[in-house]
Parts: sequence; structure tokens; C-alpha cells
Amino acid sequence: MSIDPCAHCEEMMQPYLDHVLTDAEMAEAERHLADCEPCRRRYRFEESLRVYVRNAAAEQMTPQLREKLSALRIPLE
Amino acid sequence: MDAESQDPQRLAAEARDRVRFEEEALALADQVYRVARHMANSREDAEELVQETYSRAFRSWRSFTPGTNLRAWLLRILTNLNIDRGRRQQRAPQMQPLEANDYYLYDRLADDGDGISDEDRVVERLSQDDIVTALSEVPHDFRDVVVLVDIGDFSYAEAAQILDIPVGTVMSRLHRGRRILKGALAESALEEAT
Repeated sequence: MSIDPCAHCEEMMQPYLDHVLTDAEMAEAERHLADCEPCRRRYRFEESLRVYVRNAAAEQMTPQLREKLSALRIPLE
Repeated sequence: MDAESQDPQRLAAEARDRVRFEEEALALADQVYRVARHMANSREDAEELVQETYSRAFRSWRSFTPGTNLRAWLLRILTNLNIDRGRRQQRAPQMQPLEANDYYLYDRLADDGDGISDEDRVVERLSQDDIVTALSEVPHDFRDVVVLVDIGDFSYAEAAQILDIPVGTVMSRLHRGRRILKGALAESALEEAT
């Protein structure tokens, strides 16, 4: 049975970027990526998307909230 | 109180342990808030949730085992409170979130534009608001996992422990959650283009 190598590469993308592929799968993904520019671009996009989402979603708490949390501490007797 | 717990030395040692616990917990507050912000449906909900979490953590500090993962322990309290408080009701979705394949968003953004070929720039077609809104559209079960792993930097195993689900479920929800997120991002990118 022949499989579409790009579809297979897509399946491996999330585990690849999460570093949970086996060494053999990793090597397989890298072989395909070395030959296939569209997949390489899509992987790079996914990597930068993750960083971008992380940064966009990172919201600092307000100093007021920080103070409220400190005030919740149980006073020493 | 029994005689043993009234022993002054013992009380002093306990007070020291408690103060240390409180300080360690407060040092993690930024990280706890960052996750809470996207698990809750609004900033106000997130702030309340974090306060309730710390209030409960300070009261039940004895049930934390020193040397274990305090960040995960705090998030476990937070996710349980979030469920208990009934904050999980989904805002009525306009339509089912689009769950495209993994390459869909990139293909949309890259096709759509003026031939920008640098992948790091393609991502900049999305605004911060797009991302925050898209994240809020991911159903809670999936969003919790995406937020813990991709924003909170928790491992699969930690996320499994926090949410009390098997690691395999973490992996499948993460996978689907990321796809739903990208589907929502693709939709907002399309809306802006029209």
C-alpha cells in the first residue's frame, strides 16, 4: 500500500514538535523534510505559530491581584 | 488540641514550614495566572479563580507533600474549582468550531497574501486579539490541555495529573485542541480578509 508521504509527514508534525517521536520516526520525518520544501515550510510555520500563540496569550497579572494574593496568607499568631 | 501540637518548638517549626510554603506558592502566581486567564472565560473570572485557588491552597497547605510539584498541585486546585464553580458553560458557539487538518491554517494564510514566503512573517498576519479570541472558542476539555501544555509549559504527564485524565487522553485532546484552535484562527483570518 502506498501512502502519501506529505500526509504521513503531517501526522508526525505534532509529535515531532513535542519531541515524542521515536528515533526511527524522527529520522523518517527528517528524511522527508530534507526533500520536501512545502512540508518544511509548514513545520516552520507551526513552530513559529506555537511561539506566537504563547506570547500572544501571556498576560501579566495586575499588581492589585498580586497584593490580594499576598493578603490571603494566614497571619502568624 | 493535643499536648504534642502545643509544644512551642513544634509550633515554631510548623509556622516556618507554612511561611515557606506560602512564599513558594506566591512565587508561582504569575505562572498560575497565565494559565487561569485562558481556562476561565474572562479576565475577571480568572482573577477570582486565582484568588480562590490561593485561599484554598493556604488553608490546606498541610496536604501538599514537600518536594513534589507545587505548580501542578496549585493548578489541580484551580481546575477543580473551575469545574465546581460551573464556569465551564460554553458561550453558545455560533457554529461548530472548524477542525481542519494541521496544515490548513498555514495553507490559508500563505495562499491568501502577497506571496510572503518567510514563515515567521506569515504568522504575523494574526493579531494578538485573533489568538485570544480563537483560544476562547476552543471547547473547555480541549482548551484546558492546550493551555496547560502550550502556554503553561506543563508536560503531558503533569497535565494528566492536573486534569485527572490518562496521558493518552491528554495527547488526543491536545492534538484536536490545537487543530480546533487553528481552525478558529483560519476563520478569523478569512473574516478579516473579506
